[in-house]
Amino acid sequence: MAAMAARACGGAWRRGWQHGRGVPGPALSPFPRGQRAVACNARVGAVPAGKSGLAPWVPVVGLEIHAQISSNSKLFSGSQVQFAAPPNSLVSFFDASLPGTLPVLNRRCVEAAVMTGLALKCSINKKSLFDRKHYFYADLPAGYQITQQRVPIAVSGSLSYSLCIDSKMSQMVTKTVRIKQIQLEQDSGKSLHDDTRSQTLVDLNRAGVGLMEVVMEPDMCCGEEAAAAVRELQLILQTLGSSQAVMAEGQLRVDANVSVHHPGEPYGVRTEVKNINSIRFLAKAVDYEIQRQIEELENGGTILNETRAFDSKLGCTVPMRDKEGKQDYRFMPEPNLPPLILYDAKSLPANMNHQQVINIDWIHERLPDLPSVKREKLVEQYGILPEHSFALLNEDGLAEFYENVVKQTRMKPKRVIGWVLNNLLSYLKQHSLTVKESPVSSFLLADLLNLLEKKEISSTAAKQVLAELWKGEGKTPLEIVKEQKLQLLQDQKELEQICQAVIDRQENEVMAIKAGNLKVLNKLIGLVQRETQGRSNPVLVKQLLEKKLEVATREKPHK
Amino acid sequence: MRALALARWVRAWRVPARGHSGHGAHRPPPQQKVSVEVLDHLEHLALVDFRDSEGVERLQKAIEFADQLHEVNTDGVEPMDSVLEDRCLYLREDDVTEGNCTKELLQNAREKVEEYFVAPPGNIPLPKLEERDTFLQGS
Repeated sequence: MAAMAARACGGAWRRGWQHGRGVPGPALSPFPRGQRAVACNARVGAVPAGKSGLAPWVPVVGLEIHAQISSNSKLFSGSQVQFAAPPNSLVSFFDASLPGTLPVLNRRCVEAAVMTGLALKCSINKKSLFDRKHYFYADLPAGYQITQQRVPIAVSGSLSYSLCIDSKMSQMVTKTVRIKQIQLEQDSGKSLHDDTRSQTLVDLNRAGVGLMEVVMEPDMCCGEEAAAAVRELQLILQTLGSSQAVMAEGQLRVDANVSVHHPGEPYGVRTEVKNINSIRFLAKAVDYEIQRQIEELENGGTILNETRAFDSKLGCTVPMRDKEGKQDYRFMPEPNLPPLILYDAKSLPANMNHQQVINIDWIHERLPDLPSVKREKLVEQYGILPEHSFALLNEDGLAEFYENVVKQTRMKPKRVIGWVLNNLLSYLKQHSLTVKESPVSSFLLADLLNLLEKKEISSTAAKQVLAELWKGEGKTPLEIVKEQKLQLLQDQKELEQICQAVIDRQENEVMAIKAGNLKVLNKLIGLVQRETQGRSNPVLVKQLLEKKLEVATREKPHK
Repeated sequence: MRALALARWVRAWRVPARGHSGHGAHRPPPQQKVSVEVLDHLEHLALVDFRDSEGVERLQKAIEFADQLHEVNTDGVEPMDSVLEDRCLYLREDDVTEGNCTKELLQNAREKVEEYFVAPPGNIPLPKLEERDTFLQGS
């Protein structure tokens, strides 16, 4: 395994890159489904060489992620946390930074940060401190943000995520990114820029909402890796409930730090990319920025240490205004807050009000199963492939749906998974529906699969029934089967008669088969199917025909 | 006036410390003027206006005053950043107890548009030193 590089300035770490399997071409990223991402060439041994084909480049990607804490009230005040409310209606005097107000820490926010830290395998600092980060902006009424710069609540963790390394999505590789730290901090308000009247409208509803900033070390090398890491973090946060992490509602914000350098040389100048509004755009933005930097440097230019915004319409990054020069944040300790002390089972104080005590071990015991654990359990319990369990957890409610179907049908779980992932999920995607909105419930699908399992209908017929079920007209699978006359012929004698009739009619084909051209058998099977209006089991028909013609064909291996 | 009295008190306190030679007490650093670059930087950052040489003098004196701290040997001593360090940080229950006072909050706003505060468009940075009308230019 290649050594990981650290971003310490002056550090003499070398970055090794994975020795790949030599598979060229773009790889399909698993998240979101169907979206292509630029191949992370570092995985396949080569690194983007740029147009001159000279020295290869090593891209370095680090992420700063802000996750809004899922809580009723804000980090330091009792005003409500809610998306979309009348402007300035969820603002307390403290949030508006009126004189004479003081911060009071919200217990739930601390617990959320501890849960997240534990889930990301961090060391929880039993004593952490709050600081002020000063800068001027209209949506920061105090002129500073309360954050944890010196000693954050959690440090030194790691996050494992998986990627598909070939386009068939059949081989997954696990990667790890180190978590530098997690800190608690305040969110700022929102600015709406009114360029026509040359003014900014400020809404402080969001000002003071609790955030967890998760800092990831620059262990990633392309957009696909960054996207997969963020997707996994999103799933973890949603499983824990510490954040709902919906990017579209601003509950999860990602800034990417991107640089490139030649192998063996020091790190290049990095740029910060902001305004990334979805995981898909994250991959695009990172890949664009890597390419831009490579082209710039190969053309003899230099990279400025600047902040750039991602323009999703144009698919490129542009320099951001309002971020001139390096900021001096003049960090200072927050004088109004004593250190935050956390306890564990050993250090639990005897005489303290338990509402004032946060016990790390207590929280650890109550952590739910993380996505990686859930996936392993699914694979173990149902014998499905890791790729399948990934797909199940990637869609909200799908794993539960699958398990419900399995419970209600006798069909083997390994066969059910195909129906859930291929037929059900693709339909939902086509119509942009969530699992909850599915017109076909797990009960209906199980019902249908039972008919298939009992060989009362063929696989093709089952697909037809499913198509009918999507209409959501309330019919049961059995009703549809009867309506459309899709039942398989159960009468063996009748089937034999039809087979014989076909054999008698198709003299030329029979001669060809007896002469050794066994492919022609398929034509006969097709004719029998036509006679029976698709209601014959093709496997059975084949067997009958073969018996009658006294030929044996090679059995095609069944999946 | 109070500052001067305080300064005198600190100097008085300092004298016995000097008597203990070889104590490891640090000497205060040599007197240095605050450079124009630093002053310009401060004006940018904190949006203060030193206005005239008296303002800068006052800053200079304040720095000298604080420099007296170097007299004390702090080797191996953890810096204290809050007198609250031994206090318990109070944890509040996650209940909604505030907010819904839009009218009150906006009543102090000079300008408002439909319950939004109005601010200038983005940050207007202080013009560069050469372009500003400030006495620092002559320094």
